Amino acid sequence: MNFLPLWRYQNQLVDGAIVTLELTVISALAGLLIGVAGALALKGRIAPLRWLVRFYIELFRNTPSLIQIFIVFFVLPTFGLKIPAFEAACVALSLYFGAYSVEIIRAGLDSIPRNQLEAGQCLGLSGWQVFRHIVLPPALRNAYPAVTSQFVLLLLGTSLASQVAADELFHVAGFVESRTYRSFEVYAVICVVYFAMAMGFKALFAIIATAAFRWPRRR
Amino acid sequence: MALVEIRDVHKTFGKVEVLKGVSLDVEEGEIVTIIGRSGSGKSTLLRCINALESVDTGEIRVEGRHVHARMPDLKKFRQRVGIVFQAFNLFPHLKVERNITLAPLLTGRIDKARARALAEDVLARVGLADKIDAWPEQLSGGQQQRVAIARCLAMAPHLMLFDEVTSALDPELVGEVLKVMEAMAKQGMTMILVTHEMGFARNVADRIVFMHQGRVWEQGSPAKLFANPETPELASFIASAK
Repeated sequence: MNFLPLWRYQNQLVDGAIVTLELTVISALAGLLIGVAGALALKGRIAPLRWLVRFYIELFRNTPSLIQIFIVFFVLPTFGLKIPAFEAACVALSLYFGAYSVEIIRAGLDSIPRNQLEAGQCLGLSGWQVFRHIVLPPALRNAYPAVTSQFVLLLLGTSLASQVAADELFHVAGFVESRTYRSFEVYAVICVVYFAMAMGFKALFAIIATAAFRWPRRR
Repeated sequence: MALVEIRDVHKTFGKVEVLKGVSLDVEEGEIVTIIGRSGSGKSTLLRCINALESVDTGEIRVEGRHVHARMPDLKKFRQRVGIVFQAFNLFPHLKVERNITLAPLLTGRIDKARARALAEDVLARVGLADKIDAWPEQLSGGQQQRVAIARCLAMAPHLMLFDEVTSALDPELVGEVLKVMEAMAKQGMTMILVTHEMGFARNVADRIVFMHQGRVWEQGSPAKLFANPETPELASFIASAK
């Protein structure tokens, strides 16, 4: 076992980790927007929109995300839509994370009792005000644990982007391995890096939760 | 013209006709108590008055305006009609002050500078001035219900609806809520209450309405209704409620 040959590739590995973080955070934010919009559409009155969102959820939750990335990267260009590897991975992973987020956020919205909405309506608030001030904060709290664990799955799933040669951590590891022939060492190192990033996010989410959700839970 | 005019209202849920032609007038400043067995349609009627439920046929007018779910200015209308629910329905993620000031602020009734003073004022009226910074979860049921009343008062409503507001409370907490309502009655608020508190109905109400099987079965002053019920249904209801 010899970790020393890896040393000269430390900059590439750090850059790879940064690309992994970028992929994760961008896809998570875009996916969350999809999640909120999709959840509202699912609860909305426009039936064709509901069917469309349903179809989207089922499609992206029941196909391999590797193939989703391939389709965005390899298949879309044949229709004239050429996207670089990083951006393609972002699009595919956003759609993947979005599909799960829709369901998680819809469940969060459904967890708010109807009488909370009624109380808001009866005080003369508009539909948007009821949603924004009365439904959304407790719904986010209820959805939060599921969103954060899905986020960690997304972080680990970004390694799939290596297959379209996006310069994220796993792809860099493959490159370093081919140069050093130190397979065990390189994968051991990035394993620790993934683990550390995941634990770091976990700690960060816990801090955010304590700051954002200050009200006592129902007994 | 009565403040609330209800004309021949019918309402069906699925196959069950809950209201079978209800007519009722409530005058400004009047305290009307609706009693009856569960399933008699009293809560549904109350919820129709502020358009939480829509009526199938018939008409409800408040201050002369036709009330329905698609009325123009529904939001404005609801600011003038307060409703207190059995389950309190405080917002768990907002402190007492914010529970009270949220709607007045969002609807532009008051500005930020006066919000806290408004909360202090209405909380004093329900005897909870010291709870302004508490979370709802930290309060007893009776206190939560009084905050819910204060939250309505902050909108300065012209009419208050109470939907079995003491039914979810432990017996020893009922009194504090009824006391607040009695004080509001004395100040001339128009109130329509659905309640199982016969003592309160007898002492505070100007008029009692007995609903049975989706109809107004009998109505009149508390003294007359409790002493001389005209129908056997009311007689047996009063006997069973004691």
